[in-house]
Amino acid sequence: MTTLRLSLGRRVQPPLKLTVAVSVVAWLVAWFVEAPLSDWLTFSFFGLERGSHFGEAIGFFLLDVPKVLLLLVGIITVVTLIRGFFPPEKVRAALAGRGLMTGTVAAASFGIVTPFCSCSAVPLFIGFVEAGIPLGVTFAFLISSPMVNEVALVLLWGLFGPAIALVYMAAGLTVAIVGGLVIGKLRMERYVEAYVWALQGKGGATIEIHLTWEDRIHDAWAYTKDLVRRILPYLMIGIGIGALIHGYAPTDLVAAIGGRSNPFAVPIVVLIAIPLYSNAAGTIPIVQALLGKGLPMGTTLAFMMAITAISLPEFIILRRVIKWPLIAVFATVVTIGVLFVGYLFNFLIV
Amino acid sequence: MKKIEVLGSGCANCVRLAANAKEAAAMAGVEVEIVKVTDYGEIMAYGIMSTPGLVVDGKVVSYGRVPSASDIVPWISE
Repeated sequence: MTTLRLSLGRRVQPPLKLTVAVSVVAWLVAWFVEAPLSDWLTFSFFGLERGSHFGEAIGFFLLDVPKVLLLLVGIITVVTLIRGFFPPEKVRAALAGRGLMTGTVAAASFGIVTPFCSCSAVPLFIGFVEAGIPLGVTFAFLISSPMVNEVALVLLWGLFGPAIALVYMAAGLTVAIVGGLVIGKLRMERYVEAYVWALQGKGGATIEIHLTWEDRIHDAWAYTKDLVRRILPYLMIGIGIGALIHGYAPTDLVAAIGGRSNPFAVPIVVLIAIPLYSNAAGTIPIVQALLGKGLPMGTTLAFMMAITAISLPEFIILRRVIKWPLIAVFATVVTIGVLFVGYLFNFLIV
Repeated sequence: MKKIEVLGSGCANCVRLAANAKEAAAMAGVEVEIVKVTDYGEIMAYGIMSTPGLVVDGKVVSYGRVPSASDIVPWISE
């Protein structure tokens, strides 16, 4: 195995350690100052009335925008840094040759830390199949990787608290594991395009590349900047709508449409979520406001999961490697899983 | 003349990587031929799954990230 040394020449001024230390301190100060500052701005500086529709809406907006931005920038940088140590190439090596059960559980768990975008679904799929990883295990990964993603987790943690973020993660893992096992049991190998099988065993040995901390921090920061810039418009719109709901929507209305008394609330929110793919960042603030207005927890979770896991672009892209019947099974299994999570938590949390 | 291959399905990162490679060649004063490899079978044959990948004279030097032009210079000057 070839080993390459990647860091050469580039030394950033000022020293890296100083930059990191200053950034961390600045982040912490901003985090603690943010809430009282936005409160003061809304109710003292602008002199808006506490409890009024307009005041509450503006307060929600001014509180959430900097809070969500801080969360995204801080935690995504850290998460990206960590997952730099788990590239798909390593995951594949760790999964190859495992038993079905161990492999499925491991694949779903790796899905938490591995980066995923629908553009990488195809090389990932081919790479897994090519290394002889069973179809069910591959799908456990394909379900978990986008569903239990860092943006959703970070926002859930920051806006709803750790308990709900962890519940979301556990539910997502369960859907991925069960989904993977079901797809594995259905023996759908013949719906994989023939050329994918032809590649089996033809892949080159993975080359390990060593990155320095400097490279890693540099990469993580570049990725975070890019991601935040991309989702910022959706985020602002989402928080804006969330603010309107928070200030103006009557609680009775939300409870009547999305509440426990409506047995179709879960499938309805799942349907609404399908076209919202990749807008998790913009949707979570809306969901936060809805939850505050009495939307049940299970319905909320189902909505969140459907946004991240049921992605039409990903299904279409996967057509390059698998045939429609398998895509349909994939979509069905994920949808049933999401619905199940919704009803289960509505039933459990009263 | 060095042969540089950019592995990837044509996503934004691959385009950026190709641009950086071109810039690096100009910086290093090395004559290069930049080829884009978009076929998944060929990409897999290099043992990588995370794109974009960078190959210099048949050797993988980077994958799953977009190295800057100054990162690339030493790889093509060797």
